Amino acid sequence: MHIDIDEISKQFGATAALHPVSLAIPSGALVALLGPSGSGKTTLLRILGGLEFPSSGRVLFDGQDATHLSVQDRRAGFVFQSYALFRHMTVFDNIAYGLTARPRATRPEKAEIARRVTRLLDLIQLPHIGARFPSQLSGGQRQRVALARALAIEPRMLLLDEPFGALDAKVRKELRQGLRDIHDTTGLTTVFVTHDQEEAMELADLVVVMSMGRIEQIGRPQDIRARPASDFVRDFITV
Amino acid sequence: MSDTSLPFRPATEETPLTRRLLIGVAVLGLALLVFAPLAAVFTEALADGWAAALASLGNHDARSAIQLTLIITAIAVPMNAAFGIAAAWFITKFDFRGKAFLITLIDLPFSVSPVVAGLCIVLMFGANSLVGGWLVAHGFPIVFALPGIVLATMFVTFPFVARELIPVMIEQGRAEEEAALTLGAGGWRVFWTVTLPNIRWALLYGVLLCNARAMGEFGAVAVVSGKIRGQTATMPITIEMLYNEYLSVAAFSMAALLTALALLTLLLKTALERRHADALAASHRH
Repeated sequence: MHIDIDEISKQFGATAALHPVSLAIPSGALVALLGPSGSGKTTLLRILGGLEFPSSGRVLFDGQDATHLSVQDRRAGFVFQSYALFRHMTVFDNIAYGLTARPRATRPEKAEIARRVTRLLDLIQLPHIGARFPSQLSGGQRQRVALARALAIEPRMLLLDEPFGALDAKVRKELRQGLRDIHDTTGLTTVFVTHDQEEAMELADLVVVMSMGRIEQIGRPQDIRARPASDFVRDFITV
Repeated sequence: MSDTSLPFRPATEETPLTRRLLIGVAVLGLALLVFAPLAAVFTEALADGWAAALASLGNHDARSAIQLTLIITAIAVPMNAAFGIAAAWFITKFDFRGKAFLITLIDLPFSVSPVVAGLCIVLMFGANSLVGGWLVAHGFPIVFALPGIVLATMFVTFPFVARELIPVMIEQGRAEEEAALTLGAGGWRVFWTVTLPNIRWALLYGVLLCNARAMGEFGAVAVVSGKIRGQTATMPITIEMLYNEYLSVAAFSMAALLTALALLTLLLKTALERRHADALAASHRH
């Protein structure tokens, strides 16, 4: 699904988190929103997911206006910064949540839900952890469970907020490849937020550099490296 | 190993003497302030034997008082649980102007004397007030009747549930609820499957405290109830009246029963905590 962000702005009280920004994300792309804290990247991601609503502008999914589509109807698989796994549920129930939450008419049978959860556990290469609770998992395992939970709803896009932020360097490298693989297998349009330029450059097809609520540059990693559009971008990518 | 003849102890550990002294003070304080009065209540109640104690609880006025207290608690506690959850939810999940003021307002019943709270209800709903006069004329008196007592009890015990929930809900943040929303769950479903399970221990604790206080509330209820024996006299009010009439066995029997109810709530809490120790550990709370 391709996503068009058309002159989106967001005000929080008197402060502008996003000045009108526009961005076209092609179907199936893996996009990084890169910027320091306060650059508006997370706000933009949350607007895509329907967790915030823009003060002005439009969001289009496959050309259809989705600006006022409710968070439930967006079918955006969202991975939160600290994963936000349901702490009182097992891993199995966490992943199954989006399926059991469906209205009766579209809810799969119990056996079908179990089958899908098992398949997702295989996909994230953690087939034997269904009975565990989130508190019994390592950081990297939690991240992958959160990813599986987001994928369970058969999302139209995948949105990740600092997906590697809470992990140590070694696990981070492994999971980067894991996300790349899952993106390539599912073919989902994927947007992730990061403040780590190396991560953005290595993983994404398209990097969107943001600062102070504005988009500084949009481009392929090598193009941004070769021709930074502003002093800010040059400073930010040459750490 | 270093030379063990040298007295070695970690920086955070006290000398054996200090330790014993501190433990001694704590035990003494507990004995004087908690166990001795508790024992006294039960000894006084049983001064003339079990039969006399039970008989004093069996007469009409005593039974009416027990019944009234149980009814008030059965209304006030669920209502306050619902209001407390709503208030805590509202305060922790939304940002709005005047939030700090609202939190202060929730604490108000803790800082206002219960007697003053009772007087406010009398002024608002008494037969001489505008609202109260109209209600009395239409056969629905508030003051000197059950509704007034319930109102007074609810006012005094309002903060318990909200106070327990607010810190827990702030600590847990909104992410899990947001995650449930992105997975397609509606508002009620999020509440029942995510919010409520996450706060259940704090809620239980708040409800138990609220319950204990609701059963024992004296000041506010004394003002609004009119202390009509056999009608609006709750257990604490009855205890006071019996005591003032030098009916010590009856007074202390009722007091012992009230204490037993409180102890029962505590026991219930401990039993629940023990049974769900795993879930408790998993949710990083207590």
